[in-house]
Amino acid sequence: MTDLSYVRTEMLPERDPPISTSGVIGWIRANLFDGISNSVLTIASLAFIYWVLSHFIPWFWSPTWNGSSLGNCREMIGAAGKEGGACWGVINERWPQILFGFYPEELRWRPILAFVLMFVALIPILFNMISRRWNWFLLALVLFAAVSFVGSGVIAVLVQIVLAVTMAYVGWQIVTTKGADRADQIKAGAKRLPNPLLFSAAFVFIMPWLLWGGTIWTPLAAAFGFGVGWGAFRLVSPKFGDLAGLILGVVTTFVWWLVLTGPVASGLNGVLPVGLEPVQSRNFGGLLLSVTIGVVAISVSLPLGIVLALGRQSDLMLVKWMSVGFIEFIRGVPLITLLFVASFLLNVFMPPGTNFDIILRVIIMATLFSAAYIAEVVRGGLAALPKGQYEAADALGLDYWKAQRLIIMPQALKISIPGIVSTFIGLFKDTTLVSIIGLLDPIGLSNSIRADTAWNGVVWELYGFIAFLFFILTFSMSRYSMYLERRLRTDHR
Amino acid sequence: MKRTVILGALTAAGFAAGAASAATLDDVKARGTLNCGVATGVPGFAAPDSSGEWAGFDVAVCRAVAAATLGDPSAVEFVPTTGKTRFTALASGEVDMLARNTTWTFSRDVDLKFEFVGVNYYDGQGFMVPKELGVSSAKELDGATVCIQTGTTTELNLADYFRVNGMSYEPVPIETNAEAQQQYLAGACDVYTTDASGLAATRATFEVPTDHAILPEIISKEPLGPLVRHGDNEWGDIVRWTLNALIAAEEYGVTSANIDEMLGGTDNPEINRLLGTEGNLGEMFGLESDWAVHAIKVGGNYGEIFARHIGEDTPIGLARGLNAQYRDGGILYAPPFR
Repeated sequence: MTDLSYVRTEMLPERDPPISTSGVIGWIRANLFDGISNSVLTIASLAFIYWVLSHFIPWFWSPTWNGSSLGNCREMIGAAGKEGGACWGVINERWPQILFGFYPEELRWRPILAFVLMFVALIPILFNMISRRWNWFLLALVLFAAVSFVGSGVIAVLVQIVLAVTMAYVGWQIVTTKGADRADQIKAGAKRLPNPLLFSAAFVFIMPWLLWGGTIWTPLAAAFGFGVGWGAFRLVSPKFGDLAGLILGVVTTFVWWLVLTGPVASGLNGVLPVGLEPVQSRNFGGLLLSVTIGVVAISVSLPLGIVLALGRQSDLMLVKWMSVGFIEFIRGVPLITLLFVASFLLNVFMPPGTNFDIILRVIIMATLFSAAYIAEVVRGGLAALPKGQYEAADALGLDYWKAQRLIIMPQALKISIPGIVSTFIGLFKDTTLVSIIGLLDPIGLSNSIRADTAWNGVVWELYGFIAFLFFILTFSMSRYSMYLERRLRTDHR
Repeated sequence: MKRTVILGALTAAGFAAGAASAATLDDVKARGTLNCGVATGVPGFAAPDSSGEWAGFDVAVCRAVAAATLGDPSAVEFVPTTGKTRFTALASGEVDMLARNTTWTFSRDVDLKFEFVGVNYYDGQGFMVPKELGVSSAKELDGATVCIQTGTTTELNLADYFRVNGMSYEPVPIETNAEAQQQYLAGACDVYTTDASGLAATRATFEVPTDHAILPEIISKEPLGPLVRHGDNEWGDIVRWTLNALIAAEEYGVTSANIDEMLGGTDNPEINRLLGTEGNLGEMFGLESDWAVHAIKVGGNYGEIFARHIGEDTPIGLARGLNAQYRDGGILYAPPFR
């Protein structure tokens, strides 16, 4: 027998993959130059990108940040030996105006504080990743910063001390007790900090007070309206049923707000005047106006839209037809028409002297508009749920509201997230339509800024800056919706 | 049933609105501020500066009226209005007066029930063309593409002018002046037409203004003036005579510089009556005797206001032209203060 073997007995040493299929080159080959047509497309796209950037970057990179007028900018660009370029002086001079409009300069800490507090208030609603203790710590920190920034005198120092002690105490707890130990303590019956959602609820009344100022009794009296409504509900529902209680509760709340809040607040203010300097709605402008309209409309239209979506599916004839009528009417009308109604018709119909705030009118119209769309988006989510879910809820013996709260809505809303967020982004961008009825949002202000003879003729810089501001806000909303979808994903994809 | 009740209430409220708007002066005094409708932004006529203070040729009228009625030129709430919202704002009582580049026309005066109290700027529609086109007269514009703002009187004037002269044109409809500038500079149209004051302001912003010519023809009459609602003649009188006081002050040589000196008494009884040192003109319409002094002190007389905001030394660089005093070849002619 010869010592021949046809099977290799030892392994060949591993070799690197060919350079053309691995690393950067491999990626480029696989993704950009895979075949003739793809190569052509890649080269054409690169040429296009180069063409755009070669025009944009020299324009953008312009030494005109300190320009005092368009002519001055042109001199600067000429001195730098460039053909043309952006005139950033206008942004340098006017960015506070684009952000705040005519809001008094010395009071601008208020919208800023409201904006920051909004995030503190939103964190427990939007994210569930930080603990109660962190949330209260954050709130104390923001308030501390605000007081150190604007406060002065003995009271400010006292408030600072209280906040500092709170922060130190909560911070010490956070550092010393680990999350897991804390969970054990709570199980053992340790006292927890109050739910941060309390602050979120209070913020609904704090925000308008910070923005518009006035006596502190107005938001307090308005908040008390909910108490009045709740009281009426508790009083009536045992005798006449939940529906009657609900209706009466809502009615008494509105009556309280429309009729009694004003006198009560002014009466209390007469006894103990505490408040902030009032700011007229007319002084709101710029991004502040867009964000105010957007935030209020978004946060009110979501619950309203859910109620409308449920109403549309209701078995009660009246509720159903009212919901359908409302949704179809609002969706059948362009937003700009509603804004014109807010601006003109209400103006003419209301007796003179009744100063029904124009921003409030616009907010109401934007809210109704968005609520109608949200209702349809949520209805889409409801329709996507298998019938078995409803039946299972019934089989468990849950009543209507419990079934909605525990079984139907969590699933329907999860399905509707992309649609809801698109509607909100659309609504936020639509706030720029108010420039047509003479409110000076960023777009309206850009026109006013151009009316300054120094900046007449500046177009792209202003629009670019406004687009940038809107992009930051809408892009964050869109990223948040994607985060939320990931967080709530329960399937095993 | 419910709906009819609401509609009835609204109608009643509407009637109440008509009836209650009688004494604007009392409202203004009670409020302590004058609500004045201005444009959201027209170069030289109304614009907020970087700290939010409104300034301009139209704004100066608001300030003068505030000074005359309340003694304080800063007691004005400026309500920015667009071309669409201006008339409702005035009719509904949201503003007490409108000083916003509004052309005085028959239908606005009669049909919309407003009262134009006078003219603070005589404007007219003109044409701007690039010099390289070699056009020297609007009569040579046959077949041109024209950038034109929609929904304004300029659109109608343009159609009339070309029809009368047997020419054709192709309109490029645009919404705002800023858009028009871009379109015109990009060559989307051969001609840009709007009020001559607007053309001058626009041309001043171009990189090389001398490459563009404003044609000599003015094809329309655009008397721009402040206006108030029908139904309160006393208030109309106040606004009218405040404007007249500014114009008369220029005629008589009363300026913000020498007014204090003139208050000591002059040889000219007309000046004395205007400044309230003689007679009781202010009392006649319920104001202080020195109402005109307050109004003139704000920004000076008409000529000073003109020079500061839109005159030849400003970037807008408008000549007085028709807006000179009648003695200087213009048509400004304030009725006597007697």
